[in-house]
Amino acid sequence: MLAYLIRRAGYALPIMLGVSFLCFMLVHIAPGDPLVAILPADASIDLQKQMMKLYGFDRSLPEQFFHWLWRAMHGDLGTSIATSRPVTQEVMKAVGNTFMLAMMATLIGFFFGCLFGFVAGYFRNSWADRAASFMSVIGVSLPHYWLGMVMVIIFSSQLMWLPATGAGPDGSGNWKWDIEHIKYMILPAVTMSFIPMGIVARTVRALVADILSQEFVIGLRARGLSEFGVFKHVVKNCAPTALAVMGLQLGYLLGGSILIETVFSWPGTGFLLNQAIFQRDLPLLQGTILVLALFFVALNLLVDILQTVLDPRIERA
Amino acid sequence: MSTAKHIPNITPAAMADPRDVGGPRQPLLRAQNLLKHFPLKRKGLDFRGPKPVVRAVDGVSFDIKKGETLGVVGESGCGKSTTARLLMQLTLQDKGELIFDGQTVGSSSLPLREFRRQTQMVFQDSYSSLNPRMTIEDSVAFGPTVHGVTQRAALARAHDLLARVGLDPARFAGRYPHELSGGQRQRVNIARALALEPRLVILDEAVSALDKSVEAQVLNLLEDLKRDFGLTYLFISHDLHVVRYVSDRVLVMYLGQVVEVGPADQVFDAPRHPYTRALLQSMPSTDPLQRTTEAPLSGDPPNPIDPPPGCRFHTRCAFAQPVCGQQVPQFVEPAPGHGVACLRWQPESGYEPMPDFPRPSPAPAKSLMPLNAAVASEMPDIFPEARRG
Amino acid sequence: MSAVLPPSAMPTPAPVAVVRSRSHGANVMRRLLRNPIAMTAAAVILLLVLVAIFAPWIMPADPFATSMFKRLKPIGTPGFPLGTDELGRDMLSRLMLGGRLSLFMGIAPVLMAFVIGSGIGILAGYAGGGINTVLMRCVDVLYAFPSVLLAIALSGALGAGITNALVSLTVVFVPQIARIAESVTTQVRRSDYVDAARASGASAFTIVHRHVLGNVIGPIFVYATSLISVSMILASGLSFLGLGVKPPQPEWGLMLNTLRTAIYSQPWIAALPGVLIFVTSVSFNMLADGLRTAMEVKQ
Repeated sequence: MLAYLIRRAGYALPIMLGVSFLCFMLVHIAPGDPLVAILPADASIDLQKQMMKLYGFDRSLPEQFFHWLWRAMHGDLGTSIATSRPVTQEVMKAVGNTFMLAMMATLIGFFFGCLFGFVAGYFRNSWADRAASFMSVIGVSLPHYWLGMVMVIIFSSQLMWLPATGAGPDGSGNWKWDIEHIKYMILPAVTMSFIPMGIVARTVRALVADILSQEFVIGLRARGLSEFGVFKHVVKNCAPTALAVMGLQLGYLLGGSILIETVFSWPGTGFLLNQAIFQRDLPLLQGTILVLALFFVALNLLVDILQTVLDPRIERA
Repeated sequence: MSTAKHIPNITPAAMADPRDVGGPRQPLLRAQNLLKHFPLKRKGLDFRGPKPVVRAVDGVSFDIKKGETLGVVGESGCGKSTTARLLMQLTLQDKGELIFDGQTVGSSSLPLREFRRQTQMVFQDSYSSLNPRMTIEDSVAFGPTVHGVTQRAALARAHDLLARVGLDPARFAGRYPHELSGGQRQRVNIARALALEPRLVILDEAVSALDKSVEAQVLNLLEDLKRDFGLTYLFISHDLHVVRYVSDRVLVMYLGQVVEVGPADQVFDAPRHPYTRALLQSMPSTDPLQRTTEAPLSGDPPNPIDPPPGCRFHTRCAFAQPVCGQQVPQFVEPAPGHGVACLRWQPESGYEPMPDFPRPSPAPAKSLMPLNAAVASEMPDIFPEARRG
Repeated sequence: MSAVLPPSAMPTPAPVAVVRSRSHGANVMRRLLRNPIAMTAAAVILLLVLVAIFAPWIMPADPFATSMFKRLKPIGTPGFPLGTDELGRDMLSRLMLGGRLSLFMGIAPVLMAFVIGSGIGILAGYAGGGINTVLMRCVDVLYAFPSVLLAIALSGALGAGITNALVSLTVVFVPQIARIAESVTTQVRRSDYVDAARASGASAFTIVHRHVLGNVIGPIFVYATSLISVSMILASGLSFLGLGVKPPQPEWGLMLNTLRTAIYSQPWIAALPGVLIFVTSVSFNMLADGLRTAMEVKQ
């Protein structure tokens, strides 16, 4: 089993390398001279020298890549053009905020998704099933940023229950887990939860329906097992796949939070990305994307390993 | 079934084929030292030593004579199907040669495409052998169109062949595979195999998946087609009764190697190899007076990844001696036309022939006495109701 | 290579008249047409597409005509049935014309990714071995990004504009389609009928053309149709961020962006473009689901 784990982890390495290379190339696919793309026209000589040191534009492409990667592995992702602060610092701060939001959204989505999925799977082809399926289709078809706007309209503008933007009454500075701060998280988290909810509901419904139709369930019932006992069996069989889906959704939300964060001005990585794009702050863009993508690959790896550990049917060759 | 004397059905038509190159004595297909190993992923992280391989076919040589039906038998995993695929060149061998009518397959005198016109195969699973999205006339007509026949002529040929295998083209040709029964699909597969007018047809468990009554019909059909078209058959099966019924000669395989070859009657009535003996003894008896009480062959066949040293069968052989684990038997012919790979028959191998295995011994006779006579006269206690009438 | 087989043992009369059964494609269409939900969805899509195509001729007003006096008029204002936007332009006309770009950005990238992705996937699946490994590893690297992130990264680097957005979205969808294509092709490649086709001496190209494609295109197509709604949402998301369509071109996602400031004064108008995106997306999803069900039925 250890062998499998090591081999699986080893497989992730070339992927991470490929991902890093793609991030690196982002700067080069931008139209125009990369240096011009990275620096504003009136950049100081110092800044220009820093850029040259970081990117090594006078050297060959593979050398540049290695150079950049080496620095990245040491935690140096360059300096943001707009704020002149180290990229790594900005990104790490933002990642924390996004992670909180994504985690909350995934948990809410997972909870309701499982609920709807179980109901739909147990009561197949009843009105509950149709309603649950309908909800999951909605979850997947909604443009979530539009939903965010609608939530703001209803809960913030019309009803005045919750704040519209930001991560706290005093800005994004100090997060505390109190009601004052959590108020700011509710709308974005709920909005974001619709996507995982839809997908988890669909997956769980299919899983539950499949398991319930299998013969061993008939056998259990025939031997007098209570319905709750059968339910426990169903949960045990669903768990590996459902958890895997949840993990993947978390990764997806981490990477795809930019739209919601823009709507709600939530100071996370998405918001940072938005900034970076508008200010043509390519080091910041590159650094943020690299961190997010690597997070996603690592999360996928974790989910894979978890699934193998939990599900005895998966072959561990 | 074993009482009828087998009449060889080597048809003269096979000899008079205008494509014949080598003459009547030249074997139609000669397999020489075919070898095919499938590599496996390493278990764990042990990088020392050679990679494990499945030795599916490990040095197989035999001839298929013109106009005959050569039966191939053996347990699951003995390499029968892999050998068939090698003969069709669907999988390429690691080592060894195929010589078709005196010409090496794949050489300039017989390129692969030419060879494929003359050798065809019928697979076991009748459903998966047909493209579910193609009508059966299109499936049958596909082969000829690849070799330059016009669509119209190919369809005409397809209809003719479908009629010959017993399917009325007007009703069946436009159907899809899922609209036919298993027996009908297998007939379509046979028609498809014949569309290219091959000389050799390989039947890989072609009737194994059919009901017995359908199987009988298809076997009769195959017999008729062989006569009409002058075909040569390689008939692979695990069903020993069927193989005996159709074959002129029989080849027995074990763990990727040929252990015995010979005329069907000789091999079935007087097997020389202990494995063949055990295989024949394991055919369940239909006679209640001669019940099989003990399995003649014990254990599972050993792993083709790591076969036993020396003779591969020695771990399950009732007549094994120490030398069997040390020496690899050569293929010898103790009687003309009947070859075996066993140290007992190999002169100067170091094997001490024992009295209980001195000569080819027949399998116990299985007689089919009329059942009611046996019941009424010999076993009064078993069916008292039957006597009362 | 001789094109004529040697003299045959059998005479070859002309082909007989044959009763042809309904093909698989025809069966799928028949089942789809009987599915009420899928047909409703198809009708909605058809309506939206027709409106989008004929928009320039059926628009009530000029979608580009701004007016400082008529800014943010509510729904039901005479002359402006759906109100006006923040620059005084008629919402109805802008929505109708905007449909063109929104629908285009939903369908075009998926179509291109379908062609490219299928090509890569089928090639990798049929060739197997080294070619498969190389191609699929490259695909895996792209697949390792969350799609939204990849779209934004590429668009962000390339800059705003429709062509750039198209390119980014296509790149996002190619790996997904390639994966499905490879998986299905590998399965088909292993089947006995492909072996039989090889055994008859056909070239790889002929086999792929006549045996593999027919069996493989169906599942890939079904998967691709389910991506259309994702593409629409992603494309409008890009425009929402300012990365896709540039103003003053009407496009539903862009309109959502520019109307953000209006959510306090005219919330219904601000929400309108999103409603359309939602409706189109749901319709495509329903249609895709219906198609999948129609294809799944065991014959």
